[in-house]
Amino acid sequence: MTETVDTAVDLGLEGALEGPLPEAAVLQRRPWLGILRNALRLTRTRIGLAIVAVIVAIAVFGPLVAPHSPTEFVGIPNSGSSSKAIFGADALGRDVWSRFLHGGLTVLWLSVAATALGVVVGVCIGLVAAYSRNWLDDVLMRGNDVILAFPQIVLVLLAVSALGPKLWLIVLMVGITHAPRVARVMRGAAQEVVERDFVKAAEAVGEKRGRIVFGEVLPNVTTPLLVELGLRMTYSIGLVAAISFLGFGLQPPTADWGLMINENRLSITVQPWAVLLPILAIGLLTVGTNLVTDGIARAAIGIDRGKS
Amino acid sequence: MKKLVARRLALGLLTLWLVSLVVFAALLALPGDAATAILGKEATPDRLAALREQLHLNDSVISQYLHWIGGVVTGSFGTSAATQQPVSDVLSARVANSTFLVLVASAVAIPLSIGLGVWTAMRRDRAVDHSVSTVTLVLAALPEFVIGIGLVLVFATSVFHWFPAVSILPPGEKAWQEPKAVVLPAATLILAVTPYISRIMRGSMIEVLESEYVTMARLKGLPERTVIWRHAVPNAIVPAIQVTALQLAWMAGGVVAVEFVFSYPGIGAALIDAVDNRDMPVVMTVTMLAAGLYVVLNLLADLGTIMVTPKLRTAGR
Repeated sequence: MTETVDTAVDLGLEGALEGPLPEAAVLQRRPWLGILRNALRLTRTRIGLAIVAVIVAIAVFGPLVAPHSPTEFVGIPNSGSSSKAIFGADALGRDVWSRFLHGGLTVLWLSVAATALGVVVGVCIGLVAAYSRNWLDDVLMRGNDVILAFPQIVLVLLAVSALGPKLWLIVLMVGITHAPRVARVMRGAAQEVVERDFVKAAEAVGEKRGRIVFGEVLPNVTTPLLVELGLRMTYSIGLVAAISFLGFGLQPPTADWGLMINENRLSITVQPWAVLLPILAIGLLTVGTNLVTDGIARAAIGIDRGKS
Repeated sequence: MKKLVARRLALGLLTLWLVSLVVFAALLALPGDAATAILGKEATPDRLAALREQLHLNDSVISQYLHWIGGVVTGSFGTSAATQQPVSDVLSARVANSTFLVLVASAVAIPLSIGLGVWTAMRRDRAVDHSVSTVTLVLAALPEFVIGIGLVLVFATSVFHWFPAVSILPPGEKAWQEPKAVVLPAATLILAVTPYISRIMRGSMIEVLESEYVTMARLKGLPERTVIWRHAVPNAIVPAIQVTALQLAWMAGGVVAVEFVFSYPGIGAALIDAVDNRDMPVVMTVTMLAAGLYVVLNLLADLGTIMVTPKLRTAGR
């Protein structure tokens, strides 16, 4: 129902990405490459990338260097640091450090998959709605409103309560809750592009609709798309981690950051590491992706200003 | 204006109806049916048949939906599968607790973030503006349960011991009788929503401060305080109304993880228990309430925007 909320609002860069793109930026063959290059010059993007790289490295290579198996018992439950376990043992007596090193991969791939699904579906809906300019636009936007009415986590939990905690279901539902949010932004950006002369020209020479939407319109809305991609990734990580923290993601005894927090939160006073390590990893990862997103958004404004 | 308001109301009702279809679809998605989900696979055929009769599962899908939606409209949400009590009995105390939590959080967060937005807009590009924007960027990225557990570590268990780490209330006690138990959950929600409102307020305030009528007011020699609070803020607040409504609606979902972190006896924690027990009547009721709140808040924000925007207010007169 509200038409005002978009990526820029979410990021707090309101006004930044509004207004028509300058022609020069449109004429560039790959404007997003230039934006990424400029974003890399910003300190915040570099810090963000470094943080993300460290956490991804822990998640990917952690299982290879972990001293113990994630399910091996190494000491008395909630015991402190020892020669066998540098961060102590968790609520069941398993090595906190090894479980931490094993626990990051699922969060990562689930959020990447959910983001990809949500962005692809959202871009298709948004561009088709903007290009159609008729009843189809209305129908798609009403459909968006329906999904938007549910808080993201509540819709995921509704599906989980019906079908049980399954990883594919989490990817599907997180993706579905992202799609209308992406669609709204892409529709807003594309509405002005579909009025341009080159779209009219493509229509005049009888190009197929699909080619016009994805060949002519899509390349001109890559800037908001990049920002949206980063933003949705940040929110995906938070949602996926929250769902597994609530106990509806991976099931015990698997090692997983969200689940670790859940399992050890009641013994937080005696064994804070088992909660602190996964909390730090999830928090740093979302802050890292948000810094990169912010860098891209700022670079996009810079390019607009420089060329106009 | 009447036409505009009527259109918004009609769209709101349409959205609510479609929302109810999505919620009801969850019931149809259950593997087996609601009766096997409640009684489990080992249930005797007799008991299953009896429960199916009780839950109207032998009726057609359409009449099941009509039965359910009729109950929702009249405020009878069915019987909890886990406790066999009416859903409204299970949820009423929890709705009160969650409402209190959200009200406390908004009462602090809205003035705080509007003020922060105005304050940073007036100090644009100075050091304080940059530090506030970095902090809000970090807070906006953090999932709410991460903020919550961070607060627990700092203010309840590991650094200071000022507040309880869990907000479990004695049976029958309401949240407002234990103010200390509300502080950390409310603080979590405040930290989660403030970045969004303050950033939009800052952006719209900067735009207004550069406008001609603000320059005009200054040239007239009005005191700066009058310029800001009488001329600039009322105009800058319009976009903030929409975002504030969205953030309030977001809290309906935000309370889920936050209440779980603090074991706060609210509607979010009830939802998690219900999902655990596959207590569909409770899950569907909570989902319906959360989505309904979003639709209503959005409607109010739209009406509020119409009220404060002269162009829209006088349209069609």
